[in-house]
Amino acid sequence: MSLVFAGVCSHAPGITGRAERADPALRDGLYKNFGRMRASIEKSGAEALVVIAAEHFANFFMDNMPAFCMGMADHYDGPIEDEEWLGIKRQRIPGNPDLAERLITNIMQDVDLAYAQEWKFDHGIMVPLHFLTPRYDLDVIPVNINCQGPPLTPLHRVWAFGKALRKACDAAPEKIAIVGTGGVSHWPATPDSGKINETWDRDFLQKWADNRKEDLLAYTDDQTYAESGQGGFEIRTFIAIAAACEGNIGQIWFYAPIPIFAVGCTIATMQVS
Amino acid sequence: MSLYYVQKLIYNLNRDPSLVERFKIDIDSVLAEYELTEEELSAISKPDIGLLYVLGVNGQLLMHYAALWEFEWDDYIQAMKDGIEEHGEVRAGMYVRTGGGYL
Repeated sequence: MSLVFAGVCSHAPGITGRAERADPALRDGLYKNFGRMRASIEKSGAEALVVIAAEHFANFFMDNMPAFCMGMADHYDGPIEDEEWLGIKRQRIPGNPDLAERLITNIMQDVDLAYAQEWKFDHGIMVPLHFLTPRYDLDVIPVNINCQGPPLTPLHRVWAFGKALRKACDAAPEKIAIVGTGGVSHWPATPDSGKINETWDRDFLQKWADNRKEDLLAYTDDQTYAESGQGGFEIRTFIAIAAACEGNIGQIWFYAPIPIFAVGCTIATMQVS
Repeated sequence: MSLYYVQKLIYNLNRDPSLVERFKIDIDSVLAEYELTEEELSAISKPDIGLLYVLGVNGQLLMHYAALWEFEWDDYIQAMKDGIEEHGEVRAGMYVRTGGGYL
């Protein structure tokens, strides 16, 4: 059993890039729970962190869009965005190509998975790392699920991926942490930026915390788009974590709509037994 | 309509600092490498962020193109609203306006 930690978190660029414009109490509550997640990952003894992200055209475009891709590089650079815009200095993040290759090889037995030996991290990974590995001294293995360029990765395939990831982690001797990062409802980078459907978010997060597979896989993209916006497609990252932890329940540590961050900010964990 | 290539250009600009340098020095030579309509060429060159939004450029790309031209966040949001006023509703893609928002 080598999966030692599982959780989910938000990654909106405003969390670091527009920090000074947020309600201080909400912002500090979010930061505190990011810190709590960092402490839990450190306490778990994790030797590598798999980040399941929903990237935003930093590496993958509609000329060749994979449903799933996993990094297999020695190192990664990020953020790809302007440092001042994001509020995060450019970093070199260590990878773990040996472990990544073993995970990829194993996952490929069950799910068609692309791999990449080159990957520039955007805010979707850099914001979580800024809080979870602030010294950038933990090996990171990125995963992308296509949540941006339709046709999007089907939810039941996301579940299959999460299960395959779990099987691969369990076959590795290293202690591995996994974090899914995405939004619940949001309409990012549109004139509606800051719109948040809190009712929808709380309903989804309860289903996620209860790990109700049927309910999680019952969402349709049309329904998600109508009720939770373009950003809602990123629930795929949360669902992958639920699948990796099937049979376990989660705990929502923090949820608060923070409009200037353009998302209902979330920090949650799930048992990994 | 060649929305794909408008977005491909912005995607490439986001990834390649040397392309950004070339874009700033000789924008026409860069644009000549993409299949773009006159309306798209104008919107990119001006830049008309509002028109690019109406043409259907994905917000996750457009916000970085706006930042490249040093739009502050609130100005970027306003530019999209102005684009709808001037050019009508979003014509393609999934970044249509639905109402609401922070600003």
